[in-house]
Amino acid sequence: MDEFVNLKETELRLGLPGTDNVCEEKESIISCCNNNNKRALSSDNEKENESSSRKTETSPPRKAQIVGWPPVRSYRKNNIQTKKNESEHEGQGIYVKVSMDGAPYLRKIDLSCYKGYSELLKALEVMFKFSVGEYFERDGYKGSDFVPTYEDKDGDWMLIGDVPWEMFICTCKRLRIMKGSEAKCLSCGV
Amino acid sequence: MGLRLPSKVLEHILSFIDSNEDRNSVSLVCKSWFETERKTRKRVFVGNCYAVSPAAVAKRFPEMRSLTLKGKPHFADYNLVPDGWGGYAWPWIEAMAAKCPSLEEIRLKRMVVTDECLEKIAASFKDFEVLVLTSCEGFSTDGIAAIAATCRNLRVLELRECIVEDLGGDWLSYFPETSTSLVSLDFSCLDSEVKISDLERLVSRSPNLKSLKLNPAVTLDGLVSLLRRAPQLTELGTGSFAFQLKPEAFSKLSEAFSNCKQLQSLSGLWDVLPEYLPALYSVCPGLTSLNLSYATVRMPDLVELLRRCSKLQKLWVMDLIEDKGLEAVASYCKELRELRVFPSAPDLDEANIPLTEQGLVVVSKGCRKLESVLYFCVQFTNAALLTIARKRPNLKCFRLCVIEPFAPDYKTNEPLDKGFKAIAEGCKDLRRLSVSGLLSDKAFKYIGKHAKKVRMLSIAFAGDSDLMLHHLLSGCESLKKLEIRDCPFGDTALLEHAAKLETMRSLWMSSCFVSFGACKILSKKMPRLNVEVIDEHPPETRPESSPVERIYIYRTVAGPRMDTPEFVWTIHKNPEIGVSHLAIK
Repeated sequence: MDEFVNLKETELRLGLPGTDNVCEEKESIISCCNNNNKRALSSDNEKENESSSRKTETSPPRKAQIVGWPPVRSYRKNNIQTKKNESEHEGQGIYVKVSMDGAPYLRKIDLSCYKGYSELLKALEVMFKFSVGEYFERDGYKGSDFVPTYEDKDGDWMLIGDVPWEMFICTCKRLRIMKGSEAKCLSCGV
Repeated sequence: MGLRLPSKVLEHILSFIDSNEDRNSVSLVCKSWFETERKTRKRVFVGNCYAVSPAAVAKRFPEMRSLTLKGKPHFADYNLVPDGWGGYAWPWIEAMAAKCPSLEEIRLKRMVVTDECLEKIAASFKDFEVLVLTSCEGFSTDGIAAIAATCRNLRVLELRECIVEDLGGDWLSYFPETSTSLVSLDFSCLDSEVKISDLERLVSRSPNLKSLKLNPAVTLDGLVSLLRRAPQLTELGTGSFAFQLKPEAFSKLSEAFSNCKQLQSLSGLWDVLPEYLPALYSVCPGLTSLNLSYATVRMPDLVELLRRCSKLQKLWVMDLIEDKGLEAVASYCKELRELRVFPSAPDLDEANIPLTEQGLVVVSKGCRKLESVLYFCVQFTNAALLTIARKRPNLKCFRLCVIEPFAPDYKTNEPLDKGFKAIAEGCKDLRRLSVSGLLSDKAFKYIGKHAKKVRMLSIAFAGDSDLMLHHLLSGCESLKKLEIRDCPFGDTALLEHAAKLETMRSLWMSSCFVSFGACKILSKKMPRLNVEVIDEHPPETRPESSPVERIYIYRTVAGPRMDTPEFVWTIHKNPEIGVSHLAIK
């Protein structure tokens, strides 16, 4: 089996020989295994440039997009996705998911229903039965264990209230009401 | 010398034999039995459209009334077979149109069907009654219109999860006003809105309509009006529920459902909100089949629904049911035979649903008639598998998808070998098995040895070496379809057990270590197998020892096929020629 360990020479992929098409977002998902003979997972998809993924030590590894895995029919995948997308871009609403640490399920709210942060925060307080403390530009939210945050287009978790409302509704992908120590770090302006 | 059964008597006897497996056996007894059998076979099933030529089938079974064909390999469902691979229905339709004009039923699965095919069907078969297309593609709503317009005796028109070029909802209006024969209509995979008034009229004039599966574009109002016109329905696929719930609308919906006293099967339910579920309560006690796999309903709303379904035999649901919901199923749905639990987040971006192996364990304990399982779960344990095997030795189909590749037993960190051993050993009637999670070669030793009745086996990210394939091909007496992806075995076992491949319908291997050289040897050794290499680059441009991306091997009496695209190479039987497309491009 040893001759198969280094398959770079005979690797099948799109692209010119000698170039290394590494797709930024793909990382290996190989979990620890006892056996050295496991071949590196390679995903190939005619529509994307990819290289065979390699085991990485970085944590947490983001799940690699393996073609055809898990084995769910495209018809089914599309139907769940499009229903998700449809409800998010109804034209009439900007629906985002809201989670709260410790709560068993997520909710969804329409950001376009609110004119600004205070309305939004009030709605969240009612929905999840908590209170948010007071917002300070420099110090974030004080006076509560709960801190409202959101994930923006770049995948970063931001404190709600820092950017102008119009910018917020355009860049917000989802909301999360953090609780406890994690919340403390975010709100102390680190 | 000897008694010879007059063919009329034999014909009469054969008229009682429906099973094609039995008929196949009958046809092997002697020439005269072969002749009588072939002239009386009405329902023909071809599991691989490339295993035999259409002309040969048409010639052999002139009295054919029903044809069922399957095209692409099963892994095409998961995008592992590139577009354009093949599976064209046209040659079959053309041949049957010429030789078997009395054909009444066509059922196709994973095939490429064009509008031309559909038009040909409409034009050629005067008594055409049944068209069922499952996971097919290549046609548009124009083709459907042709069928609707021309087939006067059409009873069944079902488009199941097809990819259809949707040119609008007009196709429905092509059913002539005189058409009253519909028994089943399924257009759930189409996107466009159909004219509700056309649909209402069609339903009103179809007294035999038993099964109606609507597409998401049909509104709740539409649904109510249709149910009022067809209270005799036994199977219903609703449209979308994503519309405002007005109080009067809700009570109308409830009432409409409560008048459908024969409803046994319910599906669709896209976007159904928990507030709507009570409208369904009246039909629950009669339901034997419930497909909630597109309904994003969560717990605890699901329990209220499920606890009313005491007669339920088939349940398809998403993992939103959670372990808790499955406990309810185990308590209330004692007649359950089939359970499928699908992942709500297939792309793994939110894998935090509280569904664990315990859900399946509890159903296995509580539902004594459970025989078919498809279960997606993030991780599993050997202990759970052992319990399932012990409690449910009557399992016929067990498909477990541990979503995390190479995931070991998360409690002991061991491979899931012991668990699958228990399944193979304990479930003696197992016909279909899909394995996943961390598995060593040992697991396959057990499966090879004990899974005597397994006909279809699916494997992904498993095994350590060639031994894995060796165990499977030297055991598994009943194996007909084997599909493997991303497993580290190579040439040795494949070549050693080449003869086994002729006893099977097909073998699919992708992202394994089988070399091009081995494919050539195999093809030469086994003239009645087509060895297809599916690869972006011509295999000859690389060293013979280099692994080939995808291989599809199947037995055939039709020889290499003529319709391969650029990326498929059927290895030529004459080694000097190497590989070729054989088609003239």
